Amino acid sequence: MTSDPDSLLPSDEPIRLIDHQGRPTGRAGTDLPDQDALLKAYGALVTARRLNDQANALVRQGRLAVYPSSHGQEACQIAAAHVLGDGDWLFPTYRDTAAAVARGVDPVEVLVLLKGDWHSGYDPYQARVAPQATPLATQLLHAVGVAHAARLRGEPTVVMALCGDGATSEGDFHEALNFAGVFRAPVVFFVQNNQYAISVPLARQTAAPSIAHKAVGYGMPGERVDGNDVAALLTVLGEAVARARSGEGPQLVEAHTYRVQPHTNADDASRYRGEDEVAAWIERDPITRLETYLRGEGLLTDERAAACAADAEEVAAHVRDGLNQDLVPRPDDLFDFVYAARTPQLDEQAARLADEIAREGEK
Amino acid sequence: MTLEKLTMAQALNRALRDALADDPSVLVFGEDVGALGGVFRITDGLTAEFGTDRCFDTPLAESGIMGLAVGLAMNGMRPVVEMQFDAFAYPAFEQIVSHVAKFRNRTRGRVGLPIVIRVPYAGGIGGVEHHCDSSESYYAHTPGLHVLAPANAADAYGLLREAIASPDPVVFLEPKKLYWSKENVDLTRSVPGIGTAAVVREGTDATLIAYGPSVPTALEAAEVAAGEGRSLQVVDVRSIVPFDDATVCAAVRGTGRAVVVAEAAGFASVASEIAARVTERCFHYMAAPVRRVTGFDIPYPPPKFEHFHLPSVDRILDAVDDLQWEDA
Repeated sequence: MTSDPDSLLPSDEPIRLIDHQGRPTGRAGTDLPDQDALLKAYGALVTARRLNDQANALVRQGRLAVYPSSHGQEACQIAAAHVLGDGDWLFPTYRDTAAAVARGVDPVEVLVLLKGDWHSGYDPYQARVAPQATPLATQLLHAVGVAHAARLRGEPTVVMALCGDGATSEGDFHEALNFAGVFRAPVVFFVQNNQYAISVPLARQTAAPSIAHKAVGYGMPGERVDGNDVAALLTVLGEAVARARSGEGPQLVEAHTYRVQPHTNADDASRYRGEDEVAAWIERDPITRLETYLRGEGLLTDERAAACAADAEEVAAHVRDGLNQDLVPRPDDLFDFVYAARTPQLDEQAARLADEIAREGEK
Repeated sequence: MTLEKLTMAQALNRALRDALADDPSVLVFGEDVGALGGVFRITDGLTAEFGTDRCFDTPLAESGIMGLAVGLAMNGMRPVVEMQFDAFAYPAFEQIVSHVAKFRNRTRGRVGLPIVIRVPYAGGIGGVEHHCDSSESYYAHTPGLHVLAPANAADAYGLLREAIASPDPVVFLEPKKLYWSKENVDLTRSVPGIGTAAVVREGTDATLIAYGPSVPTALEAAEVAAGEGRSLQVVDVRSIVPFDDATVCAAVRGTGRAVVVAEAAGFASVASEIAARVTERCFHYMAAPVRRVTGFDIPYPPPKFEHFHLPSVDRILDAVDDLQWEDA
């Protein structure tokens, strides 16, 4: 237990290093990330936005069942992935497709879930990305377990666990932060506060001064950051990861951002929020902000921007090609992954289904 | 052969100790399992012997314990968690059903979770409310879980060792009322594995099918029946999931009559599933419909009432009497 609760409290205002107009804030004591990191983030942001647009289009074409877009939250997505090392883990939610892709997972494999070909399409061990979580906050406890296992073996692994503002109301959010605090597990809990849990605004989720303030109750530091400022996110999350890696325990980081698009394509956001509010947040777009800054500093040339756009197009084309492949479902898949080996009962049921299909074929 | 006089509680403790000693990835944790050794002392001495990294107390939160186990298992460990009592496992239900049971399936076999969930379960100990539930049906109904219920010390040791070694998650139901029953056990002898039932008493007139806390009751009933000239066979299910259709059905085909005995409420229960399976597979061998002797369809009663509720020798023998002997 820490003796100084004040040291755990977040800053008075969300940390911002580049302002809405793309100018450095000159915040005392905090340096901007280096130019390479910002240019790398810019490219990834452009790809993430293109991925969101492409996935939305694929829903309209009926190639995806649904897509929870991270449009407007791309800075959070990219920063969460870019601050991690190869041996670290990312625990994404259903809205964090872009983060998983930024960590190196093939977007076609990530979208398998929403295409309906399987529940999860990628190997979690390959890029160390857990399956996207659809239930809320349950994955935060898994993140603590992965981190604790690494710590018991003396490995320097850090786990980045993502959730949204709505998930902070779940019991598992509390239990995960509490366990992480007690075990000093190397986990960064990163909450993308996008203001809404489907239709319910933050004020109906919590009466706390901020989500970041909740950290003090678990004996870990809480920090809040402008979620549309990728420079601030890289810095704050990077420090949290370094702190966790050095054995100082978990941290809670809250990003203030906005879900510019509806919850999913099946949602009607006009029933619970006004266009003015959305328009104001579009003004604070994370990509425009970084681009303005980089161009102002002479760091981003037209050629470089065009190359980033071309890379993003390539990813979009890959996604289109992949999603246009039709899966022929193999009935045995239903039975093969329930246990390490099929039970006699599953053998019987698989045989019955195979027989049914064979007889269907004879008709 | 090395026979030892052991209680089921001691056999379970020995299984945990031997597993911890054999495999450094085995971790034991839960509520009060450290210094105290668990409220039933099943983890007695393990923290002292293996240290707090291997056997440790967690914050008091069952969903947290289960979610932690998922992450540990994802990352190379073999967690053995203790839910303090059957009904106290319910806060962990979402983690068990949505994650423990489904992870292998969700990931197309890429991530299996070798987790053992130990649950002191069922009644017969005069426990107050929320301490005596027979919760096996919830777990048995969830694909992806194995569900075991030992009825003697030798099986408790052997099945727990096998559960810990299993690549799949196992719900391990420990009948509380049998924790302190002593028997002569040879721990060096292997017992039939997961997915195997056992004929624990031979008989020719009818088959009693039971598991966990109901097995000793069924054996007692068979003993009484023998004195009355009726030969009852007793099958110990041992492994509820996977279920050993072959052994159970071979037994029933041999006698042509069956009674299923279980403490849990009978409606939509494991006993009902067994009755249905036996009927589907053995119909032409049977002289009478399968009877079930189960708890009533009520919340587990207060201690002063539990003798009305639990399957008794008399109730089992009444059910046997009902198996249409007059037509034989």
